[in-house]
Amino acid sequence: MLFDFASVLVFIILGLLFIFFVLLFSWVVSPRNPDKDKASTYECGERPLGPAWMKFNIRFYVIALIFIIFDVEILLLFPWAVVFQKLPKGVALVEVLIFIGLLLVGLAYLWNKGDLEWVKTVDKDK
Amino acid sequence: MSNSEIIYTVIFYVFGLLTIGSACIVAFSRNILHSAFALLLTFFGVAGLYVFLQADFLAAAQVVIYVGGILVLILFAVMLTNKITDIHMSNPATKPWLAAPLVLIVFAGLTWLIVKTDWAVVETAKLISEPTVEKIGYAIMGKYLLPFELISVLLLGALLGAAYLARPKKKD
Amino acid sequence: MQELIIWIQKFVIETTGWGFLKTLPIELWYILFMFVFGGVVLGVVMFFAGVASYAERKVAGHIQSRMGPMRVGPHGLLQFMADGIKLVMKEDLIPAKADRFLFKAAPYVLFAGTLALFAAIPYNQLFGKPLAITNLNIGLLYVLAMSGFVVVSILMAGWASSNKWSLLGGMRSAAQIISYEVPVAVSFLAIIMIAGTMNMFDIVSMQEGGIWNWLIFRYPPFTCFVFLVYYVAAMAEVNRTPFDIPEAESELVAGFHTEYSGMRFAFFFMSEYANMLAVSAIATVLFWGGWHSVLPFSILPEPWVVLEGMGWFAGKTLFSVFLMMWLRWTLPRYRVDQLMKLCWKVLLPIAFANVIAIGIWIALT
Repeated sequence: MLFDFASVLVFIILGLLFIFFVLLFSWVVSPRNPDKDKASTYECGERPLGPAWMKFNIRFYVIALIFIIFDVEILLLFPWAVVFQKLPKGVALVEVLIFIGLLLVGLAYLWNKGDLEWVKTVDKDK
Repeated sequence: MSNSEIIYTVIFYVFGLLTIGSACIVAFSRNILHSAFALLLTFFGVAGLYVFLQADFLAAAQVVIYVGGILVLILFAVMLTNKITDIHMSNPATKPWLAAPLVLIVFAGLTWLIVKTDWAVVETAKLISEPTVEKIGYAIMGKYLLPFELISVLLLGALLGAAYLARPKKKD
Repeated sequence: MQELIIWIQKFVIETTGWGFLKTLPIELWYILFMFVFGGVVLGVVMFFAGVASYAERKVAGHIQSRMGPMRVGPHGLLQFMADGIKLVMKEDLIPAKADRFLFKAAPYVLFAGTLALFAAIPYNQLFGKPLAITNLNIGLLYVLAMSGFVVVSILMAGWASSNKWSLLGGMRSAAQIISYEVPVAVSFLAIIMIAGTMNMFDIVSMQEGGIWNWLIFRYPPFTCFVFLVYYVAAMAEVNRTPFDIPEAESELVAGFHTEYSGMRFAFFFMSEYANMLAVSAIATVLFWGGWHSVLPFSILPEPWVVLEGMGWFAGKTLFSVFLMMWLRWTLPRYRVDQLMKLCWKVLLPIAFANVIAIGIWIALT
């Protein structure tokens, strides 16, 4: 098994070396005459206004939170899926249906409460 | 020691150094986003160490959850903060003289534990690389069935709590 | 793999007659072999990225009743070479306000994460052994894991550029990729339930013997739905139109790689096509029988079966790539809210319903 992962490592190192040498080659052949305007950030031709690092909407954070919870749940189901056909199938299925069911309750709750909506103000006037 | 064992040992120490080194960056970097991105290497290094423990499922799960999930969450959290503009200041250390004894006690305790623990030592050659996934599958469907179902309840609680806390409070 | 290397070692020593080669340790042979084999895979992926950038323009052209590139070479066939030469010779600009280290690191992480996908895909079989860089027991989980690096690298690029478009694009892209990873993971779950393994080579092996043995036709119509969920979600994960909100050129300029130029930009560009290829290859492996023929027997005689398998694998994968291009130039772009709605309210329930349905079917039989 170590051998299998070592192959991945060798392959990734190969890829990194490839990028490094291509960039090195590009560095050798490409021109370099920077000036102030070239080094400014692009903002549709205007001079950039203020810092780019702005405060973000919390919904990104909510999506990431929901994602982690679903991810952990599905990861826990992977070992079950591997052995599913070798177990007494009915019992194994019921046990997992309870597991999935609880999560789907959570999904239904989020859905119902509108946490899955990206734009929350559209329905305000209804 | 055969050649391949030497190579594996070298890779092991490289991964160890990678983990510790990047963890040091996480702790000491003045730029909070550099700290966050250094976590990428830390998690990757830990996944590598899991591979050396023949725990392939755990290694991949580590990357899926920590790199793909937790790290992205941390990055989002950092980018969400108000202080995003003066991001170059990480939290400065306050009252180091108070923290020092505590840190020393924890360090001593951990060292004592590491020395005291009766580590199960297995020769590399004798490690049978058998798939761990099936064993985990049988375990969660058998011996650990109740904890497995309880995890589901825990995750449900986490989901509801997260959604509740993140929901913008109604102004009117 | 080990046997193959020993065989190669023997072959090289016998043909060259250099006995001293035998004294080299087997590990060195292995590393050399990996570099050669990995280099071949890398070369194919890079070549594909180049050709695909040409093919995309041709497909787009013909769908819109234009010609596409015509000037360089016959029918513009050498256009991608010209593009490559141009990109290498471009000045490499780094904005003054950018975080230089992260700006430079992002293409490495992105490219490594994309490329690592190709390590796990079994391309063919050779004497019953997988022809792949590695044959992991946790293959499908590994595929999921690698997308984590892609997300982080996109955030890295978006933040390091210190550009508003880049940051917005990076955040959107990250949110989109992690959202759509959930339906992908659930469709993998359904496949694992059917196959009883996460090993991609074993999954392909069980699809031998004609088109009706392909996984897409097992437990009809549920696996078909699983495929659709996977395909849509995977297309969103690689940021292709109709899901290209992260780099919607009419609103975000170029998304997270706005500030990149020259070769660094080229790596972002190529990794998009490489990602497309990886996603298509995984679809081929999981649903379309990998290197297995449509017919229950092989057309070519014994020693050429390998080539035939290669042909089938490449054909199916390239068809899927073409399908993605076709969709890109046919469909308009989704809005952000529609995108999130599609993921959480359409794909995810369908995916879970499939898992439950297939589970019940298996339990009853």
